Amino acid sequence: MLSCEQATRLLSESQERPLTLSEKMNLKVHTAMCSGCREFGRQLSSLRMLIQDEKTSEQESDKN
Amino acid sequence: MAEKNQLHVTFRDEDLDSLRRQMLSFARLQLDDEHLAEDAVQEALAGALKNASSFSRQSTLKTWVFSILRKKIADVLRGQYREPVREACKDCASDDDELFDGRGHWQAGATPRRWGNTHELADSTQFWQVFDTCLEALPAEQARVFMMREFIELDSAEICASLELSTSNLHVLLHRARLKLRACLSDHWFQ
Repeated sequence: MLSCEQATRLLSESQERPLTLSEKMNLKVHTAMCSGCREFGRQLSSLRMLIQDEKTSEQESDKN
Repeated sequence: MAEKNQLHVTFRDEDLDSLRRQMLSFARLQLDDEHLAEDAVQEALAGALKNASSFSRQSTLKTWVFSILRKKIADVLRGQYREPVREACKDCASDDDELFDGRGHWQAGATPRRWGNTHELADSTQFWQVFDTCLEALPAEQARVFMMREFIELDSAEICASLELSTSNLHVLLHRARLKLRACLSDHWFQ
């Protein structure tokens, strides 16, 4: 069973590289039971999306 | 100089000084070189001054110059691939005691809770001010790699080559940066 520190590490690394099958399995088992790490994963995705949106709107304002 | 005067019509000198100081401290954090940081701030300010008259509120101007500054810093970092060897991973040491207990589980109070609606948050000037403050609060190396990864979208291999970091060190730095950034945003924006 992963600790939350290990689970968040894998969630972070999943933004850099594809996780192995066993890493994915371990992570699924952990997040099924741990709402904190589930939220952590959601928040990482939100952060990346927000930064994307911000850059898109900056590029649009550059054109004007 | 004419451009500067145009800005003085709208903003007080001390406000401009304060803004410039904040920009410099942000730029120094991202760029190890004092001159590069000064240059990036000057260019960002000059770029913003062209449109200064259209800013009715100071907060708008600040968000605007910071978004330009971030782009300037990104340009400098992209050009820095052949910088001399840096001290390897000075911010890799564990400093997450306030987040996890001895067994690696969330400390009471540090467990992530649901963020509210993030729809259209990217358009909020206040949100990006909080974001910049949180980014500045990170250890320098963590802020730098996060910026290179997320804002400039360099891949792991490019960042490792640029900063002479191992992949594993990079992943440690990004992990810590994300943990602290989301904690800071939770405390100061999504509370």
